This record gives sequence, structure tokens and C-alpha cells, in this order.
Amino acid sequence: MKMVEAIVKPFKLEEVKEALTKAGIQGMTVEEVKGFGRQKGHTELYRGAEYSVDFLPKVKIQILVSDESAAKVVQIITDSAKTGKIGDGKIFVTPVEEVIRIRTGEKGEDAI
Amino acid sequence: MNYAKQLFVFAALAVTLGYFLLSGSYAQEAAAPAEATKLEAPAAAPGAPPAEAKKDDPAAKPAQFTQGLVEQIGGAKVAMDTMWTLIAGMLVFFMNLGFASVESGLCRAKNTVTILAKNFVVFAAASIAFLVLGWGLMFGDGNPFFATQGLWFVGGADNSPAMGDAYKGVYSSINWTGVPLWTKFFFQLVFAGTAATIVSGAVAERIKFGSFYIFSFLMVGIIYPVVGHWIWGGGWAAKLGMFDFAGSTVVHSVGGWAALAGAIALGPRIGKYSKDGKVQPLPGHSMALATLGVFVLWFGWFGFNPGSTMAADAGAIGRIAVATNTAAAAATIAASVTAWLLLGKPDLSMILNGGLAGLVAITAPCAFVSIQSSLIIGLIAGFLVVVSVLFFDKIKVDDPVGAISVHLVCGVFGTLAVGLFAQAEFTPNTTGNGLFFGGGAGLLMAQLAGIVGVGIFVFIVSTIFWQIIKATIGIRVSAEEEIEGLDIGEHGNTAYPDFVSVATRGSSVMGSSAMAEAAGAVHARELSKGTV
Repeated sequence: MKMVEAIVKPFKLEEVKEALTKAGIQGMTVEEVKGFGRQKGHTELYRGAEYSVDFLPKVKIQILVSDESAAKVVQIITDSAKTGKIGDGKIFVTPVEEVIRIRTGEKGEDAI
Repeated sequence: MNYAKQLFVFAALAVTLGYFLLSGSYAQEAAAPAEATKLEAPAAAPGAPPAEAKKDDPAAKPAQFTQGLVEQIGGAKVAMDTMWTLIAGMLVFFMNLGFASVESGLCRAKNTVTILAKNFVVFAAASIAFLVLGWGLMFGDGNPFFATQGLWFVGGADNSPAMGDAYKGVYSSINWTGVPLWTKFFFQLVFAGTAATIVSGAVAERIKFGSFYIFSFLMVGIIYPVVGHWIWGGGWAAKLGMFDFAGSTVVHSVGGWAALAGAIALGPRIGKYSKDGKVQPLPGHSMALATLGVFVLWFGWFGFNPGSTMAADAGAIGRIAVATNTAAAAATIAASVTAWLLLGKPDLSMILNGGLAGLVAITAPCAFVSIQSSLIIGLIAGFLVVVSVLFFDKIKVDDPVGAISVHLVCGVFGTLAVGLFAQAEFTPNTTGNGLFFGGGAGLLMAQLAGIVGVGIFVFIVSTIFWQIIKATIGIRVSAEEEIEGLDIGEHGNTAYPDFVSVATRGSSVMGSSAMAEAAGAVHARELSKGTV
């Protein structure tokens, strides 16, 4: 099983969610985060003082998938989250040791 | 003159004075000419020693009814009227906070600064525009369509607080109220400010700050005063017999028409209407702020309506306050029920709009109708506003806060309600009876004529102004800026710098081709900024 973590632009969240649910993904977790990559922010003025807006708002989506689905899910996210402009985000895929459904106690792929 | 005769004269004068103190002035339109309050003590009384005062009765002190005493009492009336009018005006000023809070609460966090800024500067712009030209254009003597005298800087001749026939000046249309000139100006100014700030709600989240600033000057300098002249300035609508006590048409529907014109000229927010016509919710970021705003507006309306007597008219102002409150309360309940039935749950934003709808609807009729009528008017308004919000979304006019539904639709309804529910007994020599009270359809027709005339004028002129601004400096921000949020783009500020609440709704329905188009239109600087 793999954990797919995608950091995307906030306004893309709905589109990514729609694409994933259409492909059969049944759950995900979303967080508000801030960050930057090579994008960097920009400077603004507040009452005459300059400050950098470096950390830009993003949204992080976490989805647990089976090993076989990982590549497909990555592709779906890439397609739906892309705008072609800087700051589109990144996807990380990490292996997961165990997953348990709390309500029923199911483990492993049954719990996805 | 003997003591008994003196007592009789004193009693007669006291009764006469009591009448003038308690009856007060009527409405904001030219009512029946008010009689001059200048009284004169009879020539025989002053100074005449009481020839038959009993020398051994210390309690038998005759009344010295001098000219000085008369002027003191008259001056006290002017002072009370002035105090009330000014305090009511300050309540209306406070409504600007209400508008700022409602609008920013019902919009997304990323646009908070720009909405607050718009609502703040709009009053400043209104203050100057009304001072420079607005007041004069509205209340000066002139023709049935606009004033031609006393236009600039409230500079026309004027001997307020003299009233009626004793008035000598160029602002005759407002000589029915016995307060000094600057008090009249202050009170009318805060009303003009209200009309201008209505517009900011409908154009929110996509309008350029500078464009709105400019439009506000035009609104309060030209559009509002011209309409005001027609109805409160002795113009054609007033001559036709149209009555609008505190401004359902003059303030609210004028703001509403200008707001509608702006919303149409701008187009909907990105992501509001999907390609297949579905309406996407773009929820406001703070229902607490929105609710606070509506409470402040309700509070301010107790200045808006009762203050429009522009006199400390004890008989009227309490009744008008209760009519105002009753309509607001009834509308709140009606909106709650309507939202519950139509939408499944009592949506707070609809309920809030409902309360406001009742307030707007009672604004025109409040001095002319019974409390029972105000209840009915409120119930209807509360229902109307909910269906109106749904309607405007159906025809794809994007109004983030429901300003058009609250102010235009209910402003029109409230104006018509005068024609239906007016009763002659409440404010004599004005409306007469409306349709439901045996007065026939005459009043209703006058109301309708005013509504149509105002609608055509304001909508067309507003559209022209919006189009001129659009063609010169533009009225809508870039797609990039709209998605990022106008706070940084327009002002370089964030409202919530530490934990920015991100908007995840909207924009996602644009699709990649539309985004590419938007990207193509972006300035090189925006690209390198990479703020999205």
C-alpha cells in the first residue's frame, strides 16, 4: 500500500477531488498548508515596510492506495491539478506499513 | 386688563404652544405647508402690572408672558428637533459599519481587506460628493428634474430653521423641517452614503478598488441627488403625489439599480456558474461578522426611519420605530420559514437577508401605515428576498451578498406598499388612504410611476458610468488576481496574515483552456511573481 501525498493549489482541490472520486477513490484527507518550492513568493508593503510573502497557501491531499493503483492515482492528480504555471505543487509517494479501519478492525487492503 | 383675563390669555397661548410642540413635522416630502412657529405675545400683556393682584396673597403671582419667553420655548423646540435629527443621523452613519461587516462576512477571506476598504472609503467619497454638489442638486430650487440653485458647497441662501412661509432661501423643498441647515445636510448626507455603499456588496470580489471609488463619487454627486430631487426635492415625482418617507426608493432601490448595473457590467465571479449552468456556492468566511453587521444595520435603522421626521415628534417617532422593528422581525421569521421550506434548512445568510429585507420594505411606508400593516409588509418582504436571491442566481447575475434582492426588490415592494397600506390618519395631509383602505389606486399609480422613472434613469445612467469606467481604467481585476484574492493585488495587505483561510471553491470549473487564456492575458510581472 502506498500513501500518495499531493500538495496542490487551493482552488484546484475540487477538481482533483472530482477526478479522484470519479476514478473510484473512496476517501482522502485534506489539510491547509503553506509552502514554497522554487516558486518563491513576492514582496509587498505594509504601512511603508517591505515584507516577503514567501509561504503561499496550498492544500495537501493524502490518499491511501494499493500498490497497483498508485501510478494511476498520481496521473489523475497530475492531470487535474496542473495549471501549467509555476507553483502547481508536488506529489510524494511513500510506502505504508499498515492500515486499520477503526469501526470494524479490518486491516490491510480491506481497510482501504 | 384684569387678572382673570390674563389667565385666560395665558391658557390659550399655552394650549397653542402645546399643539406646536407635540404635532411636529411630517415626512421627508413637502407636506402641507407648515405654519411658522414664530409666535407673538399679545401687545397688552407684557409688563402690564396686575392691577388687581391681592396684596396679601403671595401665591397670586401673575404670568409674565413676554416675547422673550415665547422665543425661549420656540428655541427649545428647535433644539430638541436638532438633537433628535443629529442623533438619528449618527445612527445612520453607524450603519456603514453594518454594511462593512455583512459584506466582508459573506465574502471569502482573501477579499476581506478590499471589501472593508470599499465600505470605508465609500462614506468618505459620499461625504465630499454630497458636500460639493449632491446636496445642492437634490434640494435646491430648480426644475422638476434637477436643482439649478444653491448647487455648490451647500452655499445657497438659507434662513433655516425658519419654516414654511417664513423660509427664505433656495432649498425650499426641505423647508418643512425646523432644524438648521447643517443639521439638514448632515442627516441627508448619511442617507446618500447608505445608497452608495449598497453598490459595494453586489460588485464584491472582482471589482477594482479605484473603479469603485470613482463610481461612488458619480453616484452621490449625480445619480442619487437627481433622483432625490424628483422625490424629496420637490420634483416631478413629488408633484405626482409619490411618497417615500425614509427612502425605499430614494436610497435603497437607487442603490439597488446601480448595484444591478454594476453586477451585470462586471459579470459573475470566476467559478460561480459552472459550464452546465449549475450554481456553485462561494460561502462567506465569517457568519459571525455577517450577523454582527445585520444587528448594527437593524440598530441604525432606528435612526433611518424615525429620524426622517427630522423633528422630535413624540407622537410619530415611537410609532415609526415600532413599525420598523415589527417589519424587520416579521421579515426575519418569514425568511426563516421560506428558506426552511424551499431549501430544507434555515440558511443563516438568508435569514439575515430577510431581516434587512423587512427593514428596506418598511422604509417608505413607516410613517403612513399601522403597526399591523408593517407586520404584513415585513412578512411579504421576508418571503420575497429569499426567492429573489434564488432568481438572480438563476439568471446568472452574481450578487455575493444579496444586495440586489434586499435593496432593489424590497425597495420597490416597500414603495408599492405605501400605495397599498397607507392610512390617512397617521401622517395627515400626505398620502391619504392606500388601496387597501379605501383610497383607490391613485396613490399606488403615483408610486408605480416613481418606481419606473427612477428605475429607468438609475439603471441606464449607472450602466453608462460603469461602461465609461470600464473603457478607461477597467472595472474588473485580472483572473489571476481574482483567484489569488483581491487583498494582495489591490492593497498589498492581507486581512489574516498568520493563518490565511484558503478558498478552495470556485475557479476549479474554469477548465484548463480557460486558465490558459487567463494565463495568456497575464502581465509578465504577474507570471514571474507566481503568486498563485
